[in-house]
Amino acid sequence: MVAEMDRAPIQKLKTGISGFDLVAQGGLPRGRTALVSGTAGSGKTVFAAQFLAEGIRKADQSGVFVTFEESPSDVRRNLISLGWDVPKWEADGRWVFVDASPQVEEESIVVGAYDLGALLARIENAVHRVGAERVAMDSLGAVFSRFDENALIRAELFRVASGLRKMNVTAVMTAERTEEYGELTRYGVEEFVADNVIILRNALEAEKRRRTMEILKFRGTNHHKGEFPFTIIPGDGIVVIPLSSLELKQRSSNVRITSGNPQLDEMCGGGFFRDSIILVSGATGTGKTLMTTEFIAGGVDNGERCLLFAFEESREQLFRNATGWGRDFERMEEEGKLKVICNYPEVAGLEDHLITMKSEIDAFDPDRVAIDSLSALERVSTIKGFREFVIGLTSFIKHQEVAGLFTSTTPTLMGGTSVTEAHISTITDSIILLRYVEMYGEMRRGVTVLKMRGSIHDKDIREFAIDDTGMHIGKPFRNVSGILAGRPVYVEATQEINRLNEMFRE
Amino acid sequence: MSKFELRLYVAGQTSRSEQAIANLYRTCEGVLDACDIRIIDVLEQPMMAEEKRILATPTLVKSVPPPARRIIGDLSDVRRVARMLGLPAKEGRVKERGEKPHGC
Repeated sequence: MVAEMDRAPIQKLKTGISGFDLVAQGGLPRGRTALVSGTAGSGKTVFAAQFLAEGIRKADQSGVFVTFEESPSDVRRNLISLGWDVPKWEADGRWVFVDASPQVEEESIVVGAYDLGALLARIENAVHRVGAERVAMDSLGAVFSRFDENALIRAELFRVASGLRKMNVTAVMTAERTEEYGELTRYGVEEFVADNVIILRNALEAEKRRRTMEILKFRGTNHHKGEFPFTIIPGDGIVVIPLSSLELKQRSSNVRITSGNPQLDEMCGGGFFRDSIILVSGATGTGKTLMTTEFIAGGVDNGERCLLFAFEESREQLFRNATGWGRDFERMEEEGKLKVICNYPEVAGLEDHLITMKSEIDAFDPDRVAIDSLSALERVSTIKGFREFVIGLTSFIKHQEVAGLFTSTTPTLMGGTSVTEAHISTITDSIILLRYVEMYGEMRRGVTVLKMRGSIHDKDIREFAIDDTGMHIGKPFRNVSGILAGRPVYVEATQEINRLNEMFRE
Repeated sequence: MSKFELRLYVAGQTSRSEQAIANLYRTCEGVLDACDIRIIDVLEQPMMAEEKRILATPTLVKSVPPPARRIIGDLSDVRRVARMLGLPAKEGRVKERGEKPHGC
């Protein structure tokens, strides 16, 4: 019978940890023990506890929590602060602690040979008592520091792991690492439970903390490779962001929607596509927020629901701006067609922003989403983290089949590109550039549609003006070149050249 | 004087368990009257192990008289165990000391 079991392909147990099962391509290998290794503060205990919590909440499976380091009351308190009602689960017989934490009140010494037979007996007993299908052990390092004989403890833990396997429970063991990129665990536990290894990291990159999770190996079964960012949120616990496992299967539609500005619609060949991502890039003050406002207002006028994330300006400021351009955000919000969410980028890490934005989008179910500006979020992250954020966000928005408009502030006043553009330009469907143009000692503004996937569009750089009714796009700039590069050069154009140009225009 | 409450937790009837039991009785030789010894097999009574939070086997627990003590292992060093438990001196040991024979 055992032989038959061994021959069967390894099944996966859906952990229920958000995003993890996607990365793990189904979950943890069922009936096996997985090692979760990480440095102090990397989220090991949360992972272990969440593995049980999700079992109870989502899969109706009871769990046993073996604690080697903290007392059950400490663990309970920490988990309650994450929003998990462990005492209730204990009362319902869904969760049981095996307290293997050090006892301070009794002095203990070692005389002669021993093993951890009592530990295994207690775990088995607990598993039977609540009919557990999941076991979490946190953390093995504490066992090693209590007993001197490392080799013996390793062998005993191996015995515990095989005991668990016989009981057909799926288990998670946590272990400490001394450094983020070094040996797997401090006490070499991996030699024994090495079939499945997950690494949690909390690395410091450019003065910013970045949490990632990596499945190092799952013996005999598949998983996604590489590091995936995650965050820890009260109530939800660990949320893994499965970037590379996102599929590029978003549908694209040919339905056009208005940009909120008739002349811009014309430049785009009839408006934006409904399921597209539009990037608006420009220096500060070129009219990005105005374009966002018109995009939102255009949607609301058509009865669409719009969601605006603002990271640069306060609510009052945004509403005042909109009023100045003849758009009434207050009324739109009252009608329930608009939701404006203002946040400073610094209030949270990028992963948390992503999670919040996703849940806001899920909750509001908008037809249009605007972000003003995406580049403000660059401040709170590393370049790598930002790229992952942008990819994660765009693919999420595309999956929702809504139109997304992001703005990006260029670092220099006259042209140039930002980091945002470098990371996002290939995934966006349309790019609109807003530029300052210096002409004869005067600052003017220009707009051009640089890219419009799947459609013909105006290739001109057109001048535009802003007044109390919004943006007014006019004639193309003539006899000046180098606007986009930020170095306008004036061409002495004769009337004749102008005339010829006009003749050959369609 | 209250008796020594000695609880020895073992896991199954292994040679290690038997060794520990034999060593415990050797340790208490001569003062058995002062000892209340009980052997607990954690495989049969896991809840007893749970209650006392026993991890390793064999583990000897002395709760009375204070101070409380835990000795992990097969108790092979009988003298050390006796000293740790603070067992009363038995006849033989006093005699070994020799200089002051009892009864004078």
